[in-house]
Amino acid sequence: MGVIRAEAVTVSLGGRAVVREVDLRVESGELLALVGPNGAGKSTLLSALSGERVPDAGRVLVEGRPVDAIDPLELARIRSVLTQDNAVSFPFRVAEVVEMGRSPWARTPGRDRDEQAIRSALERADVVHLADRRFTELSGGERARVSLARVLAQDTPIVLLDEPTAALDLRHQEDVLRIARELVGEGRTVVVVLHDLSLAGAYADRVALLDDGALRALGTPVEVLTEPLVSAVYRLPVEVLVRDSRPLVIPRRHP
Amino acid sequence: MIVGIALGALLVAAVLVSAIAGQFGVSLTEVVGSLLRSLGIPNGWAPDDPTTEAALWVIRFPRIVMACAVGAALAVAGAVMQAIFGNPLAEPGVVGVSSGAALGAAIAIVGGMLALGEWTIAVLAFAGGLLATLLVYGVSRANGRTEVVTLLLTGIAVNAFGGAGLAFLLFLAGSASREQIVFWQLGSLSGSLWREAAIVAVVAVAGTAVAVALGRRFDILALGERNARHLGIDVERLRFGSIVLVALLTGAAVAFVGIIAFVGLVVPHLMRMILGPSHRALLVASAVGGALLLVVADLLARTLVPGAELPIGLLTSLIGGPFFFVLLWRQRRASGGWA
Repeated sequence: MGVIRAEAVTVSLGGRAVVREVDLRVESGELLALVGPNGAGKSTLLSALSGERVPDAGRVLVEGRPVDAIDPLELARIRSVLTQDNAVSFPFRVAEVVEMGRSPWARTPGRDRDEQAIRSALERADVVHLADRRFTELSGGERARVSLARVLAQDTPIVLLDEPTAALDLRHQEDVLRIARELVGEGRTVVVVLHDLSLAGAYADRVALLDDGALRALGTPVEVLTEPLVSAVYRLPVEVLVRDSRPLVIPRRHP
Repeated sequence: MIVGIALGALLVAAVLVSAIAGQFGVSLTEVVGSLLRSLGIPNGWAPDDPTTEAALWVIRFPRIVMACAVGAALAVAGAVMQAIFGNPLAEPGVVGVSSGAALGAAIAIVGGMLALGEWTIAVLAFAGGLLATLLVYGVSRANGRTEVVTLLLTGIAVNAFGGAGLAFLLFLAGSASREQIVFWQLGSLSGSLWREAAIVAVVAVAGTAVAVALGRRFDILALGERNARHLGIDVERLRFGSIVLVALLTGAAVAFVGIIAFVGLVVPHLMRMILGPSHRALLVASAVGGALLLVVADLLARTLVPGAELPIGLLTSLIGGPFFFVLLWRQRRASGGWA
């Protein structure tokens, strides 16, 4: 089974294979973290899973159906995506931006949940107090949280997050992953691209480690985030401390 | 809502003043009476003098309808263009759509082409506008957005090419066509005919309706192309449809009255400041505001210099130029550079 399945997915950009023959299954109610060095193909793989980028070989199945065979509007009610590009061209208010997340539900019975979904999204992302502000006036961290609220308002069974913690301070980083865990607790499926390995280790059910486009390892955090594996993939000696069966990855700074 | 009523009231007032003002004196009661009579309501105000009646129905009213239609079409075209470029500085005149349309029309004038009857000029203006829009769109976007510098540089290139084409046609043309082309570049509403005004009005109303129907999608496009796509919007189709819409509105607007620049820049911007960026309200308000601006501008063009008529395109550029400077300056300050 698997809510999302990638079968031998290969994606080439400018003639170079950025993602190479990746097989992956994400179950419902699971939080999968995609990790790996810069340029390992994490974001590209995520965009293939989202249906945005068509693989050059292999295929992606969402809820058992090829992702490119699903109508874009229906797909938008199945999966939401937080991209790294979160600029807004005109000075819309925060509440309006979050409301845009509800647009796939227009003219469906789901629109009855609009108000409740928007309110709960604003609360979860801790941006209720920003609702009347203009998006263009916000700081980077505030924009990131509002964009997350927009994605939450979309209220989809599958949530794909591309580096959601990049612009955030320590507390809001933890908040984002806590929200991701809540989503999983509700039976949703979350795939999140992360740079912080300890954060991935602390919150993910499983971790997929990408190395130069290939899937190097896939398993629970303690299985994947081991000293030899991480040191080899990142080409940096690291130390891994395990607490409550959650790995903490620390670079060895004093050899 | 209040803004809508205020704009509507201002438009009605401007239309009435414009109907009264001019070398041939007509009173307010005569204007209202004549309008009522045309609606089948007999009344004592209506003018008995056939000359007054003719001045209103043959000269002033078609001209006012033309002003409204052209203003609405240009303002809506500007707002749509800004939505798909994701940039508040996009405007048909600035990026060269108008000069593409003008070149198309000039080719029709000089070539003496009448293959499609009196529609020939309009059709070629539309074709020229469409080509210019596609060119600008194809060249100036990167990652689903358009940077100001690229947009303006593309506009310079397109305008230069359009200008060169026009100059070449001027060189080839006989003196009658030459005069017609010069009139084109300056823009004027004088001599508007009912059937011309009707064509532009139909395009303006239909185009505004289509744009308003797409309003929600334009809002979502402000999130950037990728995010819009993830929300189920067919971005390619929306984009292409909008480009055709812009070319159609601009082409229709300039086909009979020539280039009237900056309306599409000034009006949507003011409306955005008053109403916020949400497109459905913005597009409706821009249509009304554009009509208002052109009726007033045309009134000034007719009456500012006694016994002569200023080209209306000169007036709008006179207001629009400095306005554009201010916008540019503010955007530069906001983004900390020319990006």
